Order: sequence, then C-alpha cells, then structure tokens
Amino acid sequence: MKETKIAVKDLSLYYGDKQALKDINIDIPEKRVTAFIGPSGCGKSTFLRVLNRMNDLIDHVKIDGEVYIDGVNIYDKSLDIVNLRKNVGMVFQKSNLFPKTVYENIVYGPRLNGIRDKKLLDEIVEKTLNQAAIWDEAKDRLNENALSLSGGQQQRLCIARALAVEPEIILMDEPASALDPISTAKIEELIHELKLNYTIVIVTHNMQQAARVSDQTAFFYLGELIEYDRTTKIFTNPAKKQTEDYVTGRFG
Amino acid sequence: MELKKRKQDIAGTISLSVVRLMFFFLVVVLILLLSKIFIEGVSVLSLNFLIDEPRNNMTEGGIGPAIFGTIAVTLLMVLFTVPLGVFSAIYLNEYAKDTFFTRIIRTSINNLAGVPSIVFGLFGLGFFILFIGKNLDNILETGLLFGQPALLWASATLAVLVLPIVIVSTLEALNSVPKSHRDASYGLGATKWQTIKNVVLPQARPGILTGTILAISRGAGETAPILFLGAAFFLPNLPVADLCIGDYCITIVNPTEQFMYLAYHIFIMATQSSNPTQTLPLQYGSTLVLIVLTFLLNITAIVFRYRFRKILGRL
Repeated sequence: MKETKIAVKDLSLYYGDKQALKDINIDIPEKRVTAFIGPSGCGKSTFLRVLNRMNDLIDHVKIDGEVYIDGVNIYDKSLDIVNLRKNVGMVFQKSNLFPKTVYENIVYGPRLNGIRDKKLLDEIVEKTLNQAAIWDEAKDRLNENALSLSGGQQQRLCIARALAVEPEIILMDEPASALDPISTAKIEELIHELKLNYTIVIVTHNMQQAARVSDQTAFFYLGELIEYDRTTKIFTNPAKKQTEDYVTGRFG
Repeated sequence: MELKKRKQDIAGTISLSVVRLMFFFLVVVLILLLSKIFIEGVSVLSLNFLIDEPRNNMTEGGIGPAIFGTIAVTLLMVLFTVPLGVFSAIYLNEYAKDTFFTRIIRTSINNLAGVPSIVFGLFGLGFFILFIGKNLDNILETGLLFGQPALLWASATLAVLVLPIVIVSTLEALNSVPKSHRDASYGLGATKWQTIKNVVLPQARPGILTGTILAISRGAGETAPILFLGAAFFLPNLPVADLCIGDYCITIVNPTEQFMYLAYHIFIMATQSSNPTQTLPLQYGSTLVLIVLTFLLNITAIVFRYRFRKILGRL
C-alpha cells in the first residue's frame, strides 16, 4: 500500500436538514486510482466535491468532520481555498471548456497564477496537451474555438486544462459518461498514464470502467460508505451483501 | 376517436388563421405608419435640413441643434447608465444572497420600468437640479451653474429612467452563463471576481449590449421627462464650450447648457408653433430623422453585439 494522500475522518454533509453523507471515513492512497461507485443519488459525486470544497459554492450546505490532504485539514478556517483548488484539480461530467481558443483554455489556470511570459505559456500548453494525449490532434488547432473539437477531444482538453495548474490530485466526476466507446477507451488509457504522477479519484456509473481503471474501489449507498477495498476484491469477493448485489447488477 | 381528432384539427386551423390575421394586421399598420412618415418626411430632407437651425418661427430651416442635442444627451445617458446598471446587476446576480430584502429590490427594479416617464422628469427636477445641483453650487460657490435645467441633468434623469432596462437585461445575460463554466473556473483556482471578469462577463457581453440598445431607443424617444430638465424651445447656439489646457483648446459638449431635443422639437412644432399646419412637412421630416437616428444608434450597438458574439462563437 502506498502512502495516504487524502484522509477523511467522520465526514457528514447536510443539504439544509437533509443528511447527504453519513460519517464517511476513508484513506485514499497516493498515485493510485480510486473509484467511487454506487447508484444515482448515493452521494458519491457530492463526496468528490467535498475533496476540493466545491460544495462551498452551494448555499445551505453544512459539513462536519475533517479532510486531510498531506496532513493538512482542508476545512480549517485559515486555509486558502484558491490554493486548495490549484492543488486538487477537477474534471467534470460534461466538458465545460470556455468558449475561447484551445490555447486560451489551457493557459486560463496558469494565467490566474500570474504567469505572463508567452514562451513559458507555450511550453505549458505543449506539455499538458502531450500529457493529456491530445497534442497531435490539437497542435494545429490551438487558435480555434475549443468548442469546435469533438466531445472526446474536449474532455481530454478539460483534463489538460486541469493539469496546467500542476495539481497533485485530480478529481474526475464521471468523465466519460457522455462519450462514445472509443473516446472512453482513450480517457481510460490516459488515466492509466496519469496515475504515475497524480493521485486520481474517479466517480463512475460504469462498473466495468471502475474495474478497468481503478486500484481501489469505494461503494456508496444512501450517503454511506458501505465498503472500500482493492478493486479486485470488491468485484470478485465483496465482504458486504449490498456491495455484491450492486456489482452483480441486482439493483442500481 | 376520429371525430375528436377532426375537432382538434378545426380548432388548430381556426387559431392559426386568427394568429395569421393578427400578424398581418400588425404588419399593415407598421407599413402604413412608416411609409407615411417616410414619404412625407423625405420631401423636406436635405443636408441643410440636417444642419441648419430652425428659422422664421420654425416654419423654415432645419433641425441641426435638435439632432446634436439628442445625440449628446443620449450618449451621456449611456455613459451614466451602463456602468451603474451593469455593476448593480453583477452585485445582485453574483454576490447578493437571496433574501427578503434583495427580493424586494428585484421587484422594485421591475416596477421601476413601469413608472410613467413624467414622474422621472419630476424626480430629476427635484433630485438632480434642486437637491444635487443647488448644493453643488453652494459648495463649489459657482453661483447658478448646476442648479438649473441642463443637459447633464437631462442625461442623468434619462439614465435613471432606462436603468431598469439595463439591469434586467444584464441580469438575464449573467444568468444565462452556464454554471459549469463557473465551476470550471473555480476548479482551476480562480477567485469569484476572477471568474466574473474572465468567464462570466465576456459571455454576458452580447446580452448587456442588447440592454444598451433597448435603453438607447427608449431614451432618445422620450419627451416627458426632459420637459423640466433643460430641453429648450429654441436655441440658436449649440450647447458647446471650449475646453482649454494651456494653449490647446478643443470644443466639447457643455453639460451645463440647455439643449434642443428632437422628440421635444416635434412636440413643439406640432402644438406650440404659431402655425402648426405650416410646420407639418418639417414635423414629418423631423420624425423621420428621429426614427433613422434611433435606428443608427441601434445599428452601432448591434454591430458591436455581433462582433462579440462572433468572438464567442468562432474565434
């Protein structure tokens, strides 16, 4: 087992009076892929957004408990959320590129960090597009509107954009759910390569995908973490009945 | 079953016919109105008509000063109302929490759009001239400079009048920026203001310009509110002054002067001149010019909007 990158202690989340997450405890290892699975509304996406405090943007959300990244509680009052989000990048379900050029999309994050040097920005663009395995397709289209790319390309561009701010953790919220099988395969291949350098947490509806890409899998049901173990164990020999019912497709 | 379907078909045919008829009626009225104004108005149009001042008790000459006044007041109005309206809308949409108080403010803004314009005129007289203007004069010891009807106060009053239009359309534009784009920006570590500046505002620009277009059309055509605010019956000179820095002088619009205004000028010619029948051709001409002028101001804004949309769409 690798070192723990994210440690969550007794985390509960409420939307108003409704409790959406119940006493979650989980340790997510460094430079591994951890998948969250579970039926719709089980809280897996909500929990993902806990890890970079995206839920702060929603009114009436109350969070109890602690989340440690590299030993630092990210819900500490003195923590700078902006720095946290730079360290914990996010890729969303649907590509949400800005209606700007490919180039402008990639340099958006670095520019926020005050990088103005054109040469340096050019280097970042080439490096991250290479990392996201889209350089060959995009290098001649850097000044075209990013929205003119295909859906799969757009999603890989979103990954590149997230990489451009040099995070250590990448959260992916069903990154391939809106894509065709070939594009999905490319994203999964990419995840395999990225885990050499990044800690990846992925939410997915697709159990085959969880089985293919992840090292650990966490099963959520009705706001609770039911089972968390090595992916092979979850899918071949789960400890809990609910997990077995879900991964064998009996409900969900 | 079959009978029922046929009934629906008949209802559909009837409602389609009614809708068509109404639309046809609208088009006919519009064409009649515009063609009458155009045919009657175009006969008096000439370069001199556009440049000259009215002569001989308004039965001869042109409408130059009125055109100048209209453009000056409208542009100054845009200068006041757009920043105020846009920043108010940004605050309401992006920062203000949804409370009882902000809901009252939103409702009030919508209601403000329905207030009769003459009320804005009286407000402008009371607030801008008698309160702000008079006090400015007292504080700056300028004698009677600001505390009287003037171009500045007419623009300010019109700015208040069109403010709801700008705010409401900006609110809609801001609202239409997808949440996913904001999320993307926050996810990359942007602060709220960075997100608004770099992601939200660029996408909202076409909508904000639409609001500005509507505001211009409304402002340039208003007569009632400027009655008390410096619209003059007749002024032989343009409201301009020389602004000198050292030896270098440029002529600028003097915002403390009174001015002529096209909409008001038409009203004067039609009701206050000694011989309204004799001024009739000039009234048509002025009306045509007012319509074309509003149209041109609109076109400018539409061109800008088109440019911004193109940048967003293609780039």
